[in-house]
Amino acid sequence: MNDVLLRLEGITKRYGSLAANDDVALTVRRGEIHAVLGENGAGKSTLMKVIYGVTRPDAGEVLWKGAPVSMRNPAEARTLGIGMVFQHFSLFETMTVAENISMALPDSPRDLAPRIREAGARLGLPVDPDAPVHALSVGERQRVEIIRCLLQDPDLIIMDEPTAVLSPSAVPALFETLRRIAGEGRAIIFISHKLEEIRALCHTATIMRGGKVVATVDPTATTADDLARLMIGSALPHPVRPPRELSPKPALTVDDLVLPAADPFAMALDHIALKVHPGEIVGIAGVSGNGQAELVRVLSGETRLPSQEAPRVRLEESSVGDLGPRDRRRMGLAFVPEERLGRGAVPQLSLADNAYLTAAGLGLSTRGFIRFAAVKAFAESLIAGNDVRCSGPDAPARSLSGGNLQKFIVGREMALAPKVLIVSQPTWGVDVGAAAAIRQRLVDMAGKGAAILVISDELDEILETADRLHVIFRGRLSPSVPATVDRDRIGLAMAGDFAALAAVAPDRSLAHA
Amino acid sequence: MTATLVFILSGMLAAATPMLFAALGESVAERSGVLNLSVEGMMATGAAFAFAVATLSGSHTLGFLAGGTAAALLSLVFAALVLVFHANQVAAGLAIGVLGLGVSAFAGNRFEGAAIAKPPSLDIPGLSDLPVVGPILFSHDAMVYLGILLVPVVALVFTRTKLGLSIRAVGENPEAARAIGTPVLGIRLGCVLFGGFMAGLGGAHLSIAYTALWAEGLVAGRGWIAVALVVFGSWLPFRIALGAYVFGAISLMELSVQGLGLAIPSQLLSASPYIVTILVLAAISRDQTRLRLTRPLSLGKPFRGQA
Repeated sequence: MNDVLLRLEGITKRYGSLAANDDVALTVRRGEIHAVLGENGAGKSTLMKVIYGVTRPDAGEVLWKGAPVSMRNPAEARTLGIGMVFQHFSLFETMTVAENISMALPDSPRDLAPRIREAGARLGLPVDPDAPVHALSVGERQRVEIIRCLLQDPDLIIMDEPTAVLSPSAVPALFETLRRIAGEGRAIIFISHKLEEIRALCHTATIMRGGKVVATVDPTATTADDLARLMIGSALPHPVRPPRELSPKPALTVDDLVLPAADPFAMALDHIALKVHPGEIVGIAGVSGNGQAELVRVLSGETRLPSQEAPRVRLEESSVGDLGPRDRRRMGLAFVPEERLGRGAVPQLSLADNAYLTAAGLGLSTRGFIRFAAVKAFAESLIAGNDVRCSGPDAPARSLSGGNLQKFIVGREMALAPKVLIVSQPTWGVDVGAAAAIRQRLVDMAGKGAAILVISDELDEILETADRLHVIFRGRLSPSVPATVDRDRIGLAMAGDFAALAAVAPDRSLAHA
Repeated sequence: MTATLVFILSGMLAAATPMLFAALGESVAERSGVLNLSVEGMMATGAAFAFAVATLSGSHTLGFLAGGTAAALLSLVFAALVLVFHANQVAAGLAIGVLGLGVSAFAGNRFEGAAIAKPPSLDIPGLSDLPVVGPILFSHDAMVYLGILLVPVVALVFTRTKLGLSIRAVGENPEAARAIGTPVLGIRLGCVLFGGFMAGLGGAHLSIAYTALWAEGLVAGRGWIAVALVVFGSWLPFRIALGAYVFGAISLMELSVQGLGLAIPSQLLSASPYIVTILVLAAISRDQTRLRLTRPLSLGKPFRGQA
């Protein structure tokens, strides 16, 4: 068949005793969007490194347009017509869009500007070539990366989890673009572990597990549960929510919180009110950038309110609005921020040291001296208990993959047995199996009486875990509704139409919230 | 009064030239992400070799070339330490700086106290004879004009050329630059050598054009001022030039004021060029957003990827 663009046969790559790729076969045709699906560590990244010339396989053959090729570096792959869009962008913030793109091409920024506009218009990727990159949103930056890749006129584009950085509302536009790119006869390898996205977009899905290809299927004709079963080797667990007693006294109360925007890029908070009771999970749904970050900072204590406004944030009976994070943590608040490195963990420090940072109060120090053995044992218990894949408690935090570090941080905060747990994007970048485990643990914690607030871009996550949910839009928070509400209504509310939720009968059990 | 003003303004350009060269060179090295703190030592080495070669050959041109080359060789040692062996840039820069001072003392030893003819000033017929403006603007040696010319050239390279883009890219995010095929270490090496050559030229101007006599310790902290000018000038050539000229002007003003015999402590007067320069540059570099865009993010961090 002459429309076969790339064929891999018997690709094997070993790192020591571990076979990262074991006899992998893959065929990609022109015009095809081909999903490579698998959990973290299934061998997707290694396979992409082989295709992009970063790594050479120990055995097996790469056939490009029918002829065997052996690439020594990414530059050779690009010359052949293989491009890649990375998950973590490799853009230079201090330069304009055109300057960034010119770095990868022989042309000058001025000559590229019209081509950037043309490609943008043709593929639905509008960007201003003269805009400085630091002023662009994450979605716009991704467009720049895609255009940079496309202007090199590749036949095959590898996209590494492109939706991981996008808000749900930006995903359909990206998919439309990818379909247009495929419509030009180019092939796309789409790496993801989001099953619904693959079902919506891809023509073929190659599913990997433990370094091997376990199946190649038509994702449109396969259910998400079946894909998940192939990917993780067992049925996808959904959190089980036993009925529980709610205490009438809220553990976390936010009362008419108003916060002006700190800078032109921030969102002002507009009369926010919410309550979280012991034993329940409350979700905040919304497209990112609608005030979630600002709200979370007020709740965690990173943003302090003036002391006369302290009662606007209360932990149980106490006003804490003017207290810093340390004082709030002493009062039983735990917090998992959205950014793992730098905010959830210190990148350079070991896991053990990072564990100590928030869990010092668990008897890990005596009269100001750190009890290293206890810290290490605590870190080891977190690693074992949360299935964190790492070299041990001495591994620096930044050496872990995002998902593994997230499991560690969530585990650490849960180990504090907090009265109130605030979790921002609990499973961002975490693979399906581990995400299900984290969600189950959130539900279990609520069952034991913790009050949990989950802020997430992923509506599914909120619907699966939360008892009630609010929608946030442009700094305003909707009244709470039960998590059994119809998704379409929530979608309308996420676009600003809170009236869509008003039609829903208020939650009887917690009507006062 | 006019005479004093003409003295200050005409001397300002020449007095600032050594620091201008050194600071422009250092700014290029820093924008590629390499902090080279050996500027003082490189200037001293350049000054000594320039003086020796110019004295022995009788050619100022050869003197400038020798000064630049000697300092560039010193910066090559620095580059080997930090680019190849990933030595700490601050420590390596300080060490090479001390080495440069030693080399300078050694090379200049037999010329201690010697004088040399100044290079000819490029008098422009008609213009140089104008009152006031003539001596201020049109009676300097070629290096003073080259220094002035280099300011817009460096600025243009950074904003308008692919080379400048590549240097900024390497300075901001070397990993990303490598991912798109930019030779990170090659660019850093080139920038460090350029910085060394420029520091050498600055030192050479000091010894064979400005003072035109040799004394050990001639550089007297001008290398450090150059390093400070780069930072306070937020890595922008025009601001760096402004800082250098302000420094030159104030240091001459200080001499004039001392001549007037005012009851100001001489130590305070001696410190005034440093204080005023830093105040001026700090004032114009207040804009933090702007600063974020020019500060090389990877400054001082070693790059361990294969080039």
